Amino acid sequence: MSGGIWSEALAALRKDRLAMASAALLGVLAFAAIVGPSFLDYREDEIDWSHMAAPPFEAAGHWLGTDRLGRDLLVRTLHGLRVSLVIALAATLVSLVIGVAWGAIAGFRRGRTDALMMRFVDVLYSLPQVFFVIILTVVFGRGPLILLVAIGAFSWLTMARIVRGQALALREREFVDAAIVGGSGTLRIVGRHIVPNLMGPVIVYATLTLPQVILVESFLSFLGIGIQEPLASLGNLIADGAAEMETAPWMLAVPATCLMLVVFGFNFLGDGLRDALDPRDR
Amino acid sequence: MRYKGRGMSKIVFVLRRLLGAIPTLALIVALSFLLTRLAPGGPFDEEQSLPPEIRANLEAAYGLDQPIHLQFGRYVRGLLHGDFGPSFKFRDFTVGELIADGLPVSLVLGFAAMLLALAIGIPAGIWSALNRGRAPDRIVMAFAVAGISIPVFVIAPFLALVFGIWLHWLPVAGWVPGRPSDLILPVVALSLPVIAYVARLMRGSLLEILRAPWIRAARARGLAERTVILRHALPAALLPVVSYAGPAAASVLAGSLVVETLFGLPGMGRHLVQGALNRDYTLVMGMVIVYAALMIALNLIADLVYDSLDPRIGRERKL
Repeated sequence: MSGGIWSEALAALRKDRLAMASAALLGVLAFAAIVGPSFLDYREDEIDWSHMAAPPFEAAGHWLGTDRLGRDLLVRTLHGLRVSLVIALAATLVSLVIGVAWGAIAGFRRGRTDALMMRFVDVLYSLPQVFFVIILTVVFGRGPLILLVAIGAFSWLTMARIVRGQALALREREFVDAAIVGGSGTLRIVGRHIVPNLMGPVIVYATLTLPQVILVESFLSFLGIGIQEPLASLGNLIADGAAEMETAPWMLAVPATCLMLVVFGFNFLGDGLRDALDPRDR
Repeated sequence: MRYKGRGMSKIVFVLRRLLGAIPTLALIVALSFLLTRLAPGGPFDEEQSLPPEIRANLEAAYGLDQPIHLQFGRYVRGLLHGDFGPSFKFRDFTVGELIADGLPVSLVLGFAAMLLALAIGIPAGIWSALNRGRAPDRIVMAFAVAGISIPVFVIAPFLALVFGIWLHWLPVAGWVPGRPSDLILPVVALSLPVIAYVARLMRGSLLEILRAPWIRAARARGLAERTVILRHALPAALLPVVSYAGPAAASVLAGSLVVETLFGLPGMGRHLVQGALNRDYTLVMGMVIVYAALMIALNLIADLVYDSLDPRIGRERKL
């Protein structure tokens, strides 16, 4: 793989201020979510009996206030962010592995294999996804793992379609012919020649999958079907906040702002990556 | 049958699409049935210390003691007669009654939101495209990015807080049949993301179409700019928006779960969420099947509209 395309893309990305700012913001948020809670005075489920529903900056140590049970909102939001990021990364990894392998093999083999594999994707695509995730959580109980499996089960479909389209075009190129003539098998050609050459769109789409997964996870947690109390997630924190917004609007504002920053960040970074990796617009 | 057969092939097309929807719906029914039967534990597990005889009677009453293929046959037979079975948790209601109860509310909500989204999104996208790079474009696109990134479950409480609690303009929650003010906030909250997406799609496709050679030809013929845009560019530019109708419907249906729960509207979405929280299998299954049927129907309508708008399809129609 030549370094040319990648270093060029990186240079283009560096010039994109919005994308770089988003990357920096995401870095800070991720860092805060990982190490932040251990530097704060309160634990996720610790109840401060003397400061219930305290507004931000009023009670000592509770920088962003507390909820109605006296739990520190900053710590809970950071924990929620951690849960969201972990689930998003894991589900995106699932979509990467399954989607890229599925699409690359279908696109390379063409013909009946392709028709069969993509028909399967079409069928899953036609299902109302959110509702099937709800059925899965109804059936197998609510928890982070079920949520991850249920979201992951659908998140790879678009990736498979994108990769297949790219693979169909790539397999007509001379270096693939050369590899076939050289006697390489399907797996080797797909792994060594097809996949490395379609990493651009894959990276872009993976970046755009992350916020989608975060939104689905928060949506379900908001409805009470996702992550359950006392575990915090951005979704159930927003639901709590919405219930108390009349008296304690910060309980809504803090997790909602955090969620929006993350989603904005990934969307802008994804757009920036797309511009950087797509040489047509340069 | 290139030109003469257009009317005939249209009917064939509709029929083929209708038939094509049946396997999808059958698959959804089968999958949701299988999934709910795979569940560890039964619907009566949470009943405290249920004597075994009563439990057996309950299971017999609901047909749960039969082999699974008989249960499935019974369920499908019921569905074909419009019978979704009893609700496991709302003992006095059948699922069909709960659906009949909630569907009208959800339909009004969903259609109002879709109409509002089109009524605002399309003109906003056109306005933005015609002012490319200038202030209106920037404003619309900033709004679009916000609308796409901010989920309904954040917008809805925010709207309720501002317009309901702080300004006292509109009711925060509740539902009195025939009082339209109850619907304003839910409909707006539901339509904002769709407005944003439609505006962005519309802008992009119009900009692309305006670069096309046949638009230059129309201008070269001396047509007024207004005519060029409204009569020549717009029908073609609307196509991506039409094909977005399916995903838009999915987004509105998912959003209605949030909005109905939050604003206390007695629609299907709230029943579904309640059913999911109660692990009420038959209720969730029935609701998902109805939602899926709605989505399939909307996709079908969108395809038909697309078909009649795009002059290229229909000349050589292949499926």
